[in-house]
Amino acid sequence: MATQSADFQTLSRRYTADKGFRAFIQKGMSGYYKKRDLNKANFQDWQGARDLAAEIKYEAINHLDKYLLEFEEKITARGAKVFWAQNAEAARDYILKVARENNVQTIIKSKTMTSEEIHLNDALEERGFGVFESDLGEYIVQLRKEAPFHLVFPAMHLTRGQISDLFQKELGSEATDEPEKLTMIARDVMRRKYCEADMGISGTNFAVAETGMISITENEGNARLTTSLPKIHVALLGIEKVLPKLEDLSLFLPMLATAGAGQTMTCYNTMYAGPRQPGEPDGPEQLHIVLLDNRRTELLADAEQRDSLGCIRCGACLNVCPIFKNVGGYSYGTTYGGPIGSVITPHLRGLKDWKHLSAASSLCGACTEACPVKIDLHHHLLQNRRNGAKSSPNPLEKISFGGFSLMMGHPALYRLAVIFGRIFQPLQSVVNGTILDPLRAWTGSRKFPTLAPQSFHQQWKKDRGGKK
Amino acid sequence: MRISLFIPCFVDQLYPNVAWSCVRVLEGLGHEVLFPESQSCCGQPPFNSGYWDESRSAARVTMKAFRDAEVVVGPSGSCVTMIKVFYPDLFKGEPDELEARELAAKTHEFSSFLVNVLGVTDVGAKFDGKVTFHDGCHGLRELGIKNEPRALLANVKGLELIEMCEAETCCGFGGTFAVKYAPISTAMDEVKCASILETGADTVVSNDSSCLMQIRGMLEKEKSNVRSLHLAEILASK
Repeated sequence: MATQSADFQTLSRRYTADKGFRAFIQKGMSGYYKKRDLNKANFQDWQGARDLAAEIKYEAINHLDKYLLEFEEKITARGAKVFWAQNAEAARDYILKVARENNVQTIIKSKTMTSEEIHLNDALEERGFGVFESDLGEYIVQLRKEAPFHLVFPAMHLTRGQISDLFQKELGSEATDEPEKLTMIARDVMRRKYCEADMGISGTNFAVAETGMISITENEGNARLTTSLPKIHVALLGIEKVLPKLEDLSLFLPMLATAGAGQTMTCYNTMYAGPRQPGEPDGPEQLHIVLLDNRRTELLADAEQRDSLGCIRCGACLNVCPIFKNVGGYSYGTTYGGPIGSVITPHLRGLKDWKHLSAASSLCGACTEACPVKIDLHHHLLQNRRNGAKSSPNPLEKISFGGFSLMMGHPALYRLAVIFGRIFQPLQSVVNGTILDPLRAWTGSRKFPTLAPQSFHQQWKKDRGGKK
Repeated sequence: MRISLFIPCFVDQLYPNVAWSCVRVLEGLGHEVLFPESQSCCGQPPFNSGYWDESRSAARVTMKAFRDAEVVVGPSGSCVTMIKVFYPDLFKGEPDELEARELAAKTHEFSSFLVNVLGVTDVGAKFDGKVTFHDGCHGLRELGIKNEPRALLANVKGLELIEMCEAETCCGFGGTFAVKYAPISTAMDEVKCASILETGADTVVSNDSSCLMQIRGMLEKEKSNVRSLHLAEILASK
């Protein structure tokens, strides 16, 4: 049975019960909102920028065949190797093969959610490779043996005190609650790892078809070191990351920075066009590009929800989502949390097991309003609900709504039903809030409304008699 | 104008005063108000849960009830959204798609109808109190209603509007979501109610009774003395 659904219920219940934790997440977000709004105002026309971004993504997603081949051709011409991975296993196997063939011992990684999607770290560690995350937040959750809490802020759920405790335990450092000192502790460890590592694995924010380049954007400089010091660089990306033209980045880079972290631009923006070229003094000897499908083409085949492939993984929809802010990142049980995760996970991992995430929404639409590329997120949740009800209906719901539609479809039955409602309401008040109360899901935390002595229908008939 | 009133089923059963308030405001402006009695429910609960066939049965009753209406006005951003935004999706490819689109075009949310169709922002209402306004999500994001209720409230004598920080944050109702995921819905309600209380307002107002049911449910449970009223009830106050 749907254990994912039961897990979500259990975890969301646990997290929402922790008011201190909810307040901590809300507070963390409030700083982001201020900076985001400030930087949105720096755009001449933020709504116009969203329209343009959506158009560019529409063009790219609808012509992936053309742009991916163009990208491959251009970057291969400069010596990169492109591997087309149909699924997670194929991607993992390829990366393992490259590591084995080159006698790799130690691997350093910069932030990549796509590697979380294919569970790459587990696969590498199981086969004896040492794997180190170099992004500070990712490093922290790796030390805690946790997954990232949020697409962009992997360790936002932790206090400085918790991080200090972790570093004391795992790294033998001194206690401190100064962010700078905590960063220096991690940096000391990391600098040594960059020099030791013989393979660097990165994600990719954008691929540019026109020039055959990949673009990586980051704030810590760790991705630059990860991709340039080791002799092999593996860049992992979903096939939807390709953009047609280089100039598209002039829109997408500031947009990603603004929507993702409330920044004008991310601190480091780097373009990679191939491995070390003849005559160049540094850079990796090999560049491997792993293009991942992993059921993205199935999403592509869904004309209604295809736009969700336009996602630039900025996390803006999570940041405004009242569900995410109250249940946190770990309740979802998915790589991609929040609204975008609820939309795409049923496509990537199966509707039957993941449709509950689409039901766990008030459909408020804050996500759609925030999305910089205008993905129609909350309407896609409705479509997932419809698809789920069709392919695997919940028997109780099916019967209830069948009864509902019978009643509402026949005005006379509706009038009869509300008479019964008025008879049963006093009975409910006897058991109100107790375990016998059929309305307990509501009455546990909220007072149930009382039926008016007479409906408007009845009052109107009496007052205005016959007038239609 | 001959205005056909669309009263959502739960307003019909729980809050008839909201419906009467609409009647009084519209008649006060010199319009004729009709109430087609065969209406029941717009079909949103099964629609939102994914049961579109079941939703269409209810929706067809609504479409039939308003077939001859000149203009349809309802006091709920959410139920009006169902007709105005979702009927065209729900009936796409169905034989009555055109009828769904026609009804969508002539249906309006109450505050939007007053301000954008009738061009009225002062209905001559009087209400003494400090009020904070909750933007229902459907009205706000599906219908783009933000300034209309505020323009109307600004002309109510004796009323002081104090905006809450979380005015645009969902109250957590979301139909069946409120019971299917009660802990999350409750957490959202707590955020909303805290923001209401923070303003020091004595009344919370919205243009959606479903949000108010959720908000009121918690305020009453917590024995708060903050009242909740539908915008129409404020506008009908003299």
